[in-house]
Amino acid sequence: MVRIGVVTFPGTLDDQDALRAIRICGAEPVGLWHASDDLQGVDAVVLPGGFSYGDYLRCGAIARFAPVMGQVIDQARKGMPVLGICNGFQVLCESHLLPGAMIRNEHRKFVCREQRLRVETNDTTWTCAFAPGEEISIVLKNGEGNYMCDDDTLKSLQDNNQIVFRYLGNPNGSRDDIAGVTNEGGNVVGLMPHPEHNVDELIGTSLDGRRFFESVLQFLSARV
Amino acid sequence: MSRVVVDVMPKPEILDPQGKAITGSLQRLGFEGLSVRQGKRFEIEVAGDLTEERLDQIRDAAEKLLANTVIEAFTVRVEED
Repeated sequence: MVRIGVVTFPGTLDDQDALRAIRICGAEPVGLWHASDDLQGVDAVVLPGGFSYGDYLRCGAIARFAPVMGQVIDQARKGMPVLGICNGFQVLCESHLLPGAMIRNEHRKFVCREQRLRVETNDTTWTCAFAPGEEISIVLKNGEGNYMCDDDTLKSLQDNNQIVFRYLGNPNGSRDDIAGVTNEGGNVVGLMPHPEHNVDELIGTSLDGRRFFESVLQFLSARV
Repeated sequence: MSRVVVDVMPKPEILDPQGKAITGSLQRLGFEGLSVRQGKRFEIEVAGDLTEERLDQIRDAAEKLLANTVIEAFTVRVEED
């Protein structure tokens, strides 16, 4: 059975939801601890949402140097699928595994809502079960989700098909409506919305989040 | 003991929502014509002699951790007593 790790940092909130989503989607969830550099042989890693280290300094800036991150960065560079959700996306940007950075929302309000997204590419380990151009609905909740990058970075993201999700109705001022991006290899994906909250009819109005986990399972089973 | 100050500011082309909020609040208080951008100031006490090598270490620390150079610029200076 595919084993997917979820890292818990001090201040992480959504690790339990991510573990549960992984179980619901048919993989074995493995809890990983920020202070250990042991990834326990997992096949993929999720960096979940929350406020790691209280968002001190900058969101994700302290978590990026946690002991577990050395291994996550090493494995990500070797092709392991890594998904960063919300604060996890911020950690991936701070780690330079993904380009760009997040700043405070343009309108200075915390956003919490169902968010329509367009899947721009399925050429990643976390979106291969989607059709490109497909519109989905995923929960969004953040105060600092305003994606920024310089002109050269934006052009290379566009040219290399690395913009994975765009907002339909930009909720926070993100450049080019970007909700999520991937690295050049397509194995590392970060997004602000929370797919782990959209896996169960009881609490989510859509089940579109399941397909993130189904994607990585499809990718990993094809590779074996 | 020497003190080194690292100032971190959002790059000019990057929107500064906090600065905008402060600018708006100043206007409401009757302070006209003041436009604010908000940054961070780090005061670093350095044990031992402050050599050029030590200053380079602090520049490296600022680049690695104190600032995110995708969105922020920093300056490093020695504070005289």
